[in-house]
Amino acid sequence: MGFEDTALLSRILTTMTLSFHILYATIGVGVPLMILIAQWVGIKKKDDHYILLARRWARGFVITVAVGVVTGTAIGLQLSLLWPNFMQMAGNVIALPLFMEVFAFFFEAIFLGIYLYTWDRFEDQRKHLLLLIPVALGAAASSVFITMVNSFMNAPQGFDLVNGELVNISPLLAMLSPAVPTKVAHVMSTAFMTSAFVLASIAALRIVQGSTHVYHKKALLMTMKLGFVFSIATALIGDFSGKYLAEYQPEKLAAAEWHFETEDEARLILFGVLDGQEPKYAIEIPYALSILAYGVPSAEVTGLNEFPEDEIPPLWIHYLFDTMVSIGMWLAFFSFVYVVAAWRKWPIITKKWFRWLTVAAGPLALIAIEAGWWFTEVGRQPWILRGYMKTSEAATTSGQVDLMIILFAGLYFILGIGTIVVLSRMYKRNPVEKELAQRQKADKGGDPE
Amino acid sequence: MTLEIIGVSVLWLFLFLYVIVASIDFGAGFFNAYSAFTDKQHILTNIIQRYLSPVWEVTNVFFVFFFVGIIGFFPQTAFYYGTTLLVPASLALILLAIRGSYYAFATYGAKINHRGYIYMYGLSGLLLPASLSPVLAMSEGGFIKMNGDQPYLDYWALFTSPLMWSIVVLSITAVLYISAVFLTWYANKAGDAKATDLMRKYALVWAGPAIVTATGIIFELRGHNPEHYSRILDLWWVFAISFLLFIGTVYLIWKKKNYGLAFILLVGQFFTAFFAYGVSHYPYLLYPYLTIYDSFTNEAMAIALIVAFIAGLGLLLPSLYLLFRLFLFDKDYVKGKSDYHA
Repeated sequence: MGFEDTALLSRILTTMTLSFHILYATIGVGVPLMILIAQWVGIKKKDDHYILLARRWARGFVITVAVGVVTGTAIGLQLSLLWPNFMQMAGNVIALPLFMEVFAFFFEAIFLGIYLYTWDRFEDQRKHLLLLIPVALGAAASSVFITMVNSFMNAPQGFDLVNGELVNISPLLAMLSPAVPTKVAHVMSTAFMTSAFVLASIAALRIVQGSTHVYHKKALLMTMKLGFVFSIATALIGDFSGKYLAEYQPEKLAAAEWHFETEDEARLILFGVLDGQEPKYAIEIPYALSILAYGVPSAEVTGLNEFPEDEIPPLWIHYLFDTMVSIGMWLAFFSFVYVVAAWRKWPIITKKWFRWLTVAAGPLALIAIEAGWWFTEVGRQPWILRGYMKTSEAATTSGQVDLMIILFAGLYFILGIGTIVVLSRMYKRNPVEKELAQRQKADKGGDPE
Repeated sequence: MTLEIIGVSVLWLFLFLYVIVASIDFGAGFFNAYSAFTDKQHILTNIIQRYLSPVWEVTNVFFVFFFVGIIGFFPQTAFYYGTTLLVPASLALILLAIRGSYYAFATYGAKINHRGYIYMYGLSGLLLPASLSPVLAMSEGGFIKMNGDQPYLDYWALFTSPLMWSIVVLSITAVLYISAVFLTWYANKAGDAKATDLMRKYALVWAGPAIVTATGIIFELRGHNPEHYSRILDLWWVFAISFLLFIGTVYLIWKKKNYGLAFILLVGQFFTAFFAYGVSHYPYLLYPYLTIYDSFTNEAMAIALIVAFIAGLGLLLPSLYLLFRLFLFDKDYVKGKSDYHA
């Protein structure tokens, strides 16, 4: 099997593992904060519903964490198995954040174990709440560090390449590449936003299914509010990301926007299909690309024709970019309408079709996460290390990658089905009405509280 | 002490910790399955779950720590081991993934008590050390060969090698022995006489095979890697100490005395043997291609990693202490008097 083939197969396997992992990783980063907020609100308002909300979320969260941990271990090791040449270089330059990520993960794992097994162990619920802070911090920190590694691949710095040798290495400089601020901020805000919408979907689904309990309404309103806040943050950071791309990775932005000629007053292209160099059926917004790239309508935006043909990313990333942005915009708009409607007590939110739209928010956010990552990753092709190492040079020479693809596909299939089955069984067997009734009975049965 | 030695010692220490905590985990799964097979499951399941549930994720991190650390300190290993290990490491990953997620699914979620699953879980715990241990055999040289400038793994040489199979057998017996001694102590602490009795029996059963295979491997190295063998002989006194500690553990368990001390002696036995083995392996990471010197990262990165490591430990040690205090050394929790699970 040729060199090119193993590169393609390695890319397929890496894509598969990461696409599966980020669903769980996003929830893993975002949900601890949601649990933290719910428990804090519960303590502050002295409302048991919120505490129970935190507790029930925590139970489901363990399942997603477990799959996140095992798939994370898989991608961690696969990096070395599939991209040995890249990891050899990365080990020399970017090992520091990788190493720190493990510490953050360690920290999170320890406190998650403690948090899960100390419910009601402390007299004061606030003490228990404190345990959740390191969990949320550890989860966020590990996403920060791993995103730093990814940022380095997009904007490598902190070393010099002299005759194929790495010299003048500065681990801190490599860690703090120019891509870090926008990437890290975007990853975090989308993780919080997605988690909020996923939890909102669950609450909305229970209401659609006929549950009238006030618990679900409280959960839904809280998560929609949080979703709105984080989707606004995401939109703002997304705008900064566009400006970052224009400055440091113009070929990615140009490919996303089918922008061929370098010109000022550049238009933004929404949707459409590409025919040669001309987009068809597209919505064109004049000046918008110049504004996205530099904040001024007259700014000059670099076009694809400036780059050698073998260094241009595939043009279909435009569809990914559009998917991500449209979903983001829709969710920001929809959650805004929801929050206003709930505040003004408009009857629209009790309509069934509106409930179903709410149910769709979580899955949509997850799709946007996938589209966004595919966009950013495919958008730096053909480079694995932009400007330094092509993807084909980094791949393994082992001939068995195809077999491994089949094995891992089977694994992710089983894990995916397993998550769905276990989570739905867990909540169906123990609905909140039943749990509330049990707790009330326990309280009456001589419990001092 | 050079940076290289510090780096490799740190990694070796974490690998050692992984060996201990993972052995307890893998062995526990096997004993649970075996007791289900012999209709004694009710005796062990509670004890095992009470220990594993809050810590299983932490166990996993030790493994991640080791492989991230070795790429960081010795990036050349990514090239040699990464290229050659695709198949065995992928199989280990799949086992690890199924095991880890099954545990979470069964424990926190669906309460799956189907026998088939329990057997598979127990079996995977034995397959895992078996699939990870060929790496130790490979590091002795003779299995990784070069095709031009690209390394590849000679599966035929590996699978027909008595050394590789001895290491596999050792890993399995050691897992069962370590796990049994720990669970004897833990069950005793929980005041569970039946579980203690059963685990004590298992500990005594597996002590012999573990020590016999360990000794056997030293002699097999004489033919496979004479250089390594002669360095092991130089360190004979450390292995002798290790053997005395082994005798101590078995004696205490036999006499039903002080299981806590027995477990400490066991850790000491493996610690001394593991480090003497590591020291005698010096300076090779992969015989004869990689020494710790020519594969070491640049100085700036090494210093950054060591600083990060010290800072990380500052955070980690108090947290681990808290975890142990709350679950391992807390009487009410160990005895299962109260269930505080979310």
